[in-house]
Amino acid sequence: MDGIHDMGGMDGFGAVEREAEEPVFHAEWERRAVGMVMSMFAQRLFHLDEYRQKIERMAPIAYPGPYYARWIHAASELLLEKGLLSRAEFESGAAAGKAEDVDLIAAATVPDLLRARISGRETDDVPARFKPSDAVRARNIHPQYHTRTPRYVRGKTGLVERDYGVFTLPDSYAKNTGKTPQHVYSVRVTARELWGPDASERDSLYIDMWDDYLEPA
Amino acid sequence: MTGDHDHTDPPSDEALRVKALESLLVDKGLINPDAVDAIIEQFETQIGPHNGAKVVARAWVDSAYRARLIDDAWPALQELDVGGVEASEVVVLENTEDVHNLVVCTLFSCYPWALLGLPPSWYKSPAYRSRAVKDPRALLAEFGLKIPTEREVRVWDSNADIRYLVLPERPAGTEDLSENDLAALVTRDAMVGIGLVSPSGD
Repeated sequence: MDGIHDMGGMDGFGAVEREAEEPVFHAEWERRAVGMVMSMFAQRLFHLDEYRQKIERMAPIAYPGPYYARWIHAASELLLEKGLLSRAEFESGAAAGKAEDVDLIAAATVPDLLRARISGRETDDVPARFKPSDAVRARNIHPQYHTRTPRYVRGKTGLVERDYGVFTLPDSYAKNTGKTPQHVYSVRVTARELWGPDASERDSLYIDMWDDYLEPA
Repeated sequence: MTGDHDHTDPPSDEALRVKALESLLVDKGLINPDAVDAIIEQFETQIGPHNGAKVVARAWVDSAYRARLIDDAWPALQELDVGGVEASEVVVLENTEDVHNLVVCTLFSCYPWALLGLPPSWYKSPAYRSRAVKDPRALLAEFGLKIPTEREVRVWDSNADIRYLVLPERPAGTEDLSENDLAALVTRDAMVGIGLVSPSGD
């Protein structure tokens, strides 16, 4: 969806402010939020694409709040949607019994879990629609649900730089309608193609595009 | 850094909400509080930019390693026992005298956690996410990094599963340093592309 999260190229946010010697966490609640949400990911109570979709659907005015508040919002929405918590439990804070079929991770397994190789890479043998050096255009699509094609590249033309292999398509997996495995490419788009004649002649943007996001140019 | 907190402040809405939710999730059997503690400990003590710095330093002193790392990062990361969470599909971008690489995630906060730790606030800020793709040179200049016009700037938007790590240029005057001393110079900023590595570690 064309939401507040899709910020590439927006104006008006001012200078980037950096905090010297920034700590890993700024408050105790941030520490707990990360530990809780990461636990639930590891237990496969929800997955990343449906989680991102929940963040993207936040009201635009609520989105700019504290970063880890977005994590808590998305996790809460998913627990409610999946029936792992009832609305009454969520609002009262009192559990009515235990959830069934949840394999809690043990503390001792955490270091290995965080060292494991986990991504959306798929082993399906799917033909690639494009190859390096092909001219491609980012399709001008505006799906109402989740997508990883940002607004600022839609309709723009570039060259396939590299084929990264086959991955889950977030658009369908966020809806839980299938993984739709397909190739993902690194696509090089010139700064001038994106931002017009005032942009640097020499510079480029590299973006990762699934087959479904591209058409021949 | 809870020790720095002034305990006379009332708890924030977020603090109250997260505390209530954690208690509910424990009672409901949806999280194990010991595992929550273990995850936090990993992010506070084991997972951070020192992991990425180790990789950069090895690439600087060992050209065969650098070639393996750029060709296919995962096996090369395993040689140093790093990689994993949010850094399972890593592509290493080498800065040269002709090319400067800069990494952003315009859609949220994608970042190579296992190599650099959780992303800092500026990386997640609307200002960085909006500007890095549109006017990277002006942004870098604000960080004190003036890229000559003849040097190409490549901006990498991490919108898919790939996580990017910038391999910064080794600073001049570091020929006599050990691999460990080199690793101590490498900053998070340099591995995202908003800074250079200084020979004095500044």
